[in-house]
This record gives sequence, structure tokens and C-alpha cells, in this order.
Amino acid sequence: MLITQIGNYSLILGLFLSIFFIFYLILILYGFIKIKLNNIYSILFIQLFSVLISFFSLIYSFVISNFTNETVYNNSHTTKPLFYKISGTWGNHEGSLLLWLLVLTLFIFLFFIDSKKQPKIYRLYTLVFQQIIILGFFLFVLFTSNPFSYIFPVPLEGLGLNPILQDPALAIHPPILYLGYVGSSIIFSASLSALVSKHINNFWAQHIKKWIFISWIFLTLGIMLGSIWAYYELGWGGFWFWDPVENVSLMPWFCLTALLHSILVLEKRSELKSWTIILSITTFSLSMSGTFLVRSGILNSVHTFANDPGRGVFILTFLFILILISILIFFFFQTEENVRENKIYWLSRETSILVNNWFMIFFLAVVFIGTTYPIFLEVLTSEKISVGPPFYNKLLIPFLIPFLIFMAIGPNLKWIKNDFKKVNFYKFFVFIFLCFITFIFAEKFKIKNLFTIILIISSLYLLISSIGDLIFKRKNISQNISHFGFSILILSIVLNGILSKEFSGNMKIGEEVKFYNEIIKFKKVETFNRENYKSVIATFEIENNKKKLILLKPELRIYNQPNIITSEADIKSSFYEDKFLVFSVLKKNNIFNVRYQVKPFMIWIWVSTLLIIFGGFVRLIKIK
Amino acid sequence: MKKNFFYFILISLIIFVFVLLYTAVFKSKSYIPATTINKKIKEFSAKDLFTDNEIEIKDLIHDKKITIINIWSSWCAPCRNEHIYLMKLSQDSKINLIGLNYKDDRSKAEVFIQELGNPFFKILEDPDGIISIDMGAYGVPETYIIDDKLNIIRKFIGELTFSNYEEIIDIINK
Amino acid sequence: MKLLKYIIFFIICIIQSNLYADNNSILIDKISKNLRCLICQGQSVYDSQSEFANSIKILINKKIQEGNSEEEIYSYLKNKYGQWIVYDTEINKKTVYLWLFPVILFVFGGILIIRKVFIN
Repeated sequence: MLITQIGNYSLILGLFLSIFFIFYLILILYGFIKIKLNNIYSILFIQLFSVLISFFSLIYSFVISNFTNETVYNNSHTTKPLFYKISGTWGNHEGSLLLWLLVLTLFIFLFFIDSKKQPKIYRLYTLVFQQIIILGFFLFVLFTSNPFSYIFPVPLEGLGLNPILQDPALAIHPPILYLGYVGSSIIFSASLSALVSKHINNFWAQHIKKWIFISWIFLTLGIMLGSIWAYYELGWGGFWFWDPVENVSLMPWFCLTALLHSILVLEKRSELKSWTIILSITTFSLSMSGTFLVRSGILNSVHTFANDPGRGVFILTFLFILILISILIFFFFQTEENVRENKIYWLSRETSILVNNWFMIFFLAVVFIGTTYPIFLEVLTSEKISVGPPFYNKLLIPFLIPFLIFMAIGPNLKWIKNDFKKVNFYKFFVFIFLCFITFIFAEKFKIKNLFTIILIISSLYLLISSIGDLIFKRKNISQNISHFGFSILILSIVLNGILSKEFSGNMKIGEEVKFYNEIIKFKKVETFNRENYKSVIATFEIENNKKKLILLKPELRIYNQPNIITSEADIKSSFYEDKFLVFSVLKKNNIFNVRYQVKPFMIWIWVSTLLIIFGGFVRLIKIK
Repeated sequence: MKKNFFYFILISLIIFVFVLLYTAVFKSKSYIPATTINKKIKEFSAKDLFTDNEIEIKDLIHDKKITIINIWSSWCAPCRNEHIYLMKLSQDSKINLIGLNYKDDRSKAEVFIQELGNPFFKILEDPDGIISIDMGAYGVPETYIIDDKLNIIRKFIGELTFSNYEEIIDIINK
Repeated sequence: MKLLKYIIFFIICIIQSNLYADNNSILIDKISKNLRCLICQGQSVYDSQSEFANSIKILINKKIQEGNSEEEIYSYLKNKYGQWIVYDTEINKKTVYLWLFPVILFVFGGILIIRKVFIN
């Protein structure tokens, strides 16, 4: 069909533009051609436009269920609701890469408009590096995963989108996450370019900070959406499984958060130049290795993705070329000025930010090694091991405690030098006071784990101290909000972990089960026919000791195309706790497996993450 | 000089990681427990599918014949596919074929056997799947070749194929 | 007096800093959360609804009733299915770097910061 042709050829146009553009820019940089900014704007715009056309032609193919297109055939179905037809465009490998390309070309266009005040040579080098990345992705899309390949004979019906992905949170999760990833590619190119054009200074820091905050906000939001989805859709009541695919999104986040802090030192004090550049390069390399690990099928994960070794090899090679280029640039362009080490005073904001970076890199290392070690070990010794939640808990929790305390102290220190006598000692008494409160609390709820108790104390400490700063100082509202959010996040995760109660067992219709001070009553099961699935809805009543009734209606969806059963948990959220119920059919008729969980402070995990993001957002709009 | 050395080490390290990952891309990602381990099957007793009598596995072992235990179930589609090979194997006089019926409904299992024929000398029941786990199995179908001292000689995970069948014949005739 | 009570409580916490399950079913949940399902790889036995996972849960219950400890159940399953089945990676010759690498990096980072702040 024509629409597929249009999409395909505009992609090829984009590819050639990219090649041409790189040569053009190099000729300008070597002084063979005079620079004409208007030409550059036009090329950038045409490239963006061509990707846009190809993206919309794919969306259109999905909407009209054009099954001559292989991607549409593999991932769509005529009976699917329109919303999921559209979101199905990026719900698959080919389409999601096209989205990558779209965001890449969009961001570089915006970057070029935004960087008008920066030196020309720096802007041009950034374009070169970014175009190399764009070129790599064009080649990747066109040669290994073309979304516009034909299928013949034309099938009458598509294979359908995996029902587990037919969900509002997951429909917007990939685009948001990509905005974060691609934002980190801009930071990557800009840093290399700043290195080459010797432009690493506070002026540059001020300008790149915006992009760091944009990527950070989207990345955080993307991770959160994925986690919310896992919570209610995977149906196990957990929200973070330390699954490789989740870890892969968390790794660039740690690095980006470190960068977010160290860029402030560069901005205010012109320090940590090389370190900031290294962090920028690492952030993007981690985003790319995330794409590699997920798309190559090297990982063994709950989140299944279509995969093929050829694609894996391509991304891997591309990633390593980019890393090698960065190292070579470091080797040739590193100046004495960048590496010169100026002493910083031990009690200062600079030191506290270094401490933040220190911990962030440690967290990153834990997640990185935990995710990749099984792969390396298998290749080297053919021994297969699993690295699961216990590993992360054992290594992360002890280090989280000092981290939280540093988070409370650090922001109150002054730049350059803080007088030791001016450190507020009243906070020390707050700390002692909190110890007592927590021990009383621990005794009441019979919490016997020492680490848990100390963790609660430290996050409460951070909570009180950031509220105090927010109310009394109001110097750095954005930072206070984010740190406050982080303290609530840790607090609610910990309390959720230790106070959750769960019932899991087999029940018949009409049966009642006593669970702590509640009674679970299994009332009935009804069946309905829906647009593209059959729905089995069960009704449960939860009666507490005050005779108050709560109705929970979990659902099983039996999709016919493809033939998959998903279970939709019913969740009643409240200020204090979530009640989570999910059921599944056993082979023996009339008996259902029921899992009921009471999860305290669940909603606060999402609220606090939103607070963290909001803090970042406040800072972003304050950047001029 | 020190700087050059540092970069040299860094680049070598990166190339090493590249090679490792490159190799890893072509490895299978799903985990299958080792299939050629010399382990012993723990002795067990189970109910006979047809007679309901408790039978010791020890009593089913021949010292003249090689014993094959096949774990199957009526609800498992691959079991249906591999059944022809089991029927063929049952005709070999050197083979003592025992079925272990995994987490099945007795009546459905009987229908399955009536429909496709009974290749087994005896069929034992494993209603909870515990005996299978004791043997080291994790799904259906799995096929174990064991000697007279209950040592596992060879283990097949998943549906038997024609080449598996040939391999079994080779082992028998050795 | 109260202060003394809390200090004693604090010491007790240090001594028995592990959360011991007092209930059978809590122990089953705890063990099955640490086991990886071979059918739906990537899910724990606790989360999985596969036949294999259900059988493993029955088996764990049986083993506990027979008086086996948590560790004995793990080693029984490791013997059957290999190290892979347990999420909690054991520390041995092959996995020592997994545990040590982040800690070494942390110490190294600490040295760098101290150098930047105090020496130089």
C-alpha cells in the first residue's frame, strides 16, 4: 500500500540527510564552507519532518489495520479498541525504535534552537555527535527492524497485541521513558562537544543543566509508570521485582541523578569538569546498554520482548563504537585545566555533592553488577546463577542509611567553606528524639530487624530536616521538595515491606476465610462478553471487625486474539493502605486461587515519587 | 606514559567486555537444568493408575532390561505428540517402560490411554507432582533412562523427537 | 528506667537482627519468594501459578513438616535444579566478585574523595 511506501521512503530520506549533514558539518568545521545557520535549521527541520511522516504513516497503518504491513500484522487486530491500536504503534520493537528516532530528531532540533547563546563551534560539534547517533539508529531501523516491511499474501486478520500491554499506563510508559533516554543522548553529544571545543565552564553548565533536568524528569516518570503498571497488571502485588528489565531503567537514573548534582558544582564553582563529562557519557552509555540488554534477548526476564541476535549484535557494536569514540576524544582533547585538582574544603556543599555522587555510583555499581554478572559468569564458566532481590537488599540497605543522613545534612552546608561552629546542632537532638519514637513504634509492631529500624530513623530524620528547611529557610525549595519526597519514598517502601499482610489459598464460591481481623467472603462469579475479550468477574466482600464491608471485584480477561488470560487485580486504595485482591482459575473446576493482600502506605510510594519529580520540575522552570 | 598506560588498560577492558557480551547474545536465555548428570533417583512408592495398589519403584526395575520412566499428563499437548515414539519403544523387548502420570485426573488419563494406546508396563500416579520433583523434573513431558541401580543414565526434557528416539535405541543396544 | 528498657531493647535487636517467622505459612511464603520458577522464568515460585510452582509449594510444606530447615530445603532444591533456582546468590569462589566489586568500588571512591578534600 502507498502509505507503507511513504513511510519507508521518508525514513530512507532521513538516513541520507543524516549522512549528508555529517559531511556538511565537517566541511564547515574545517573551514571549507562558510556557515549558514539557515541551512542547518532547514536540514534539521526536514529530517525531523521526514521521521514525523514515517511515524504518522505507521500510526495510520495501525489505525486502519493495514495488514500488508508486517509490523501491523504482528501486533494489531481489527477488534482492538482504537486507543490500543494507536499505542500499539510503539508497543512493539520496530515501532518503538521509530519513536526513538522521532524523539532524537525532535530533541536535536529543539537543542539547536535553545543553544543560540553558546559558541558556534560548540553547537556544530554537538550536531555532529548527535547526527552520528541518529545515523546509527537510522541504520538500525532500516536494516534490522524495518517497521515498513511487506507481508504477502496479505493476511485477513492480525495476530493482536499482547493483552498485558493493553493498558493506559503502559501505553504512555515507553514514550516517556524514551524522552528520558534520548535526553541523555543530547547530554552525551553536548559533553563531548564541550570537551572538543574547550567549552566546559559555568556558562555551559547553566545551559546543559536544563537538558539534564528534562531527561531526569522524564526518566523518573517513566520508571514510575512502569512500576505502577507492574503493580496492578502483573497481578502479584509487588511494584519492584529487581527484574533485569527494571534494573536497566534504574541504572541511567542513578547516573543521571549523580550528574544532576555534580553539574551544580560545575556551575557554581567551575569544579569537577572531567567528572561531569564522564558522568554524561556514562549516562547515555547506560541508556544504550539498557536498550541492548532488553532488545537482544540476553536477559531472562518476566517482561518478554521479541528478540533476535542480529539486532543485539548491531546495538552492541554501535554502543561500543560510541564508547570508544568518547574515550579517544578524552585521550586527545583532555586539557590540563580540566584535570587540575583544586582542593575543596571538607565541610562544604562541594564535599556533600561528592558524597552524593559517591553513593550514587555505588548504587549503580550494585545494580549493574547484579544484572550483568550472571551473563558474564555464564560465558566464562557456563555456570548459571540467579541474582535476585536478596542480593540488592543486602547490599543497598546498609548503604542507604548513611546516604539518607547525608541527604539531610548536605543541602544546609555553604559553598566553598562552612564554619564548623555554625552547623546546627539542634538537629542532633532531633535525631536522638527520633530514635526513641522509632523504638516505641518498633516495639508496637514487633519489628525485630535492626537495619529496618535504623532505616526508619534515618528516613524520618531526612523527612523532618527537609520539612524544616522548606518551612524556615526556603532557600532551595525544589531541592527540599525532592529530598522530602525521597524520605517519604524510602519510609513508605520500608513500612510497606514490613507491615504488608497476605492471604493466599484456594477458595470455592460461597466460602469464607478469616484473615487477621478481617473475613474474606467469596460471593459470586459472573461472565461477560467484551469487545475483544471475555471477562470473568468475581465478587469478594471483605468484612472488618467493625462490620464494615468492602467490595472487591477482581477480573480475569480471556483474550481470543492472541489466546491469553490476564488477571486484573482489584485494588482499593486509601490514605493508609491498599487492599489488593487477585484470583485465578485452577485446573479443578469451581476452585479458585485467591490472593488477598493488605499493603500499607502503598499510595505514598507513588505520591512521593511524584513529589521528587515535582521538585525537579520546579527547578527546571526556574532555569532561565 | 602513565596516562597512555591507563587508556590502554581501559580500552582492553572494554574490548574484553564487548567480546563477552557478543558471545552471550548467541547463547540461549532460558534456563534448563543439566541433562547428563549421574545422579540416583530416590526410591519412591506410588499408586498404580488402574489398580490403585501401592507399588515400590524398586520392584519395577529389571536387571536384564533398561528402565525408562516417562512423565506425562493428559492435559499436556507435547505428550500427545511424543506418544508414537513411546509406542515404538514399548515394542523393544530390552526396554521396561514405566509411566508417571503427572498431576492428572484419573478418568482423563484413562481416556488418553484408551485413545492413543498404552505403551507402559505400569503407570504410577503422581497427584501432587512431588515424585517428579524428587526425580529432578520440572514439567511434562520428561523422560529418564535409568539402570538397575536407579542411576540416571540420560534425561530428556520436553517432547521426545525422532533423534531422541534414535539416541535411546543406541543406548539400549550398547 | 524507661531509657534503660529501650537500651536493652536496642541490644536485643542487635543480637537477633533476623526476622524469624513463627508461622508455617509465613515460612512457606518466605522460602517460595526466594525460589525462581523454572516454567515462567523470571517469576518467583511464590508469584507463579504454574503447576511446577504449585508442586514446589506443596513440597516445601511437606519438608517443613518433616522437620527440615530452610537451608536444608534450599540445598535439596539446588541439588536437583542447580544454583539457578535460588534468588539469594550464595557466596562462593565464583560469585565472590559479585559481592566484592561494589564494595571495593565504594572504598576506592572514598579514597578519591578523601584525596580531593584533605591531601593535594
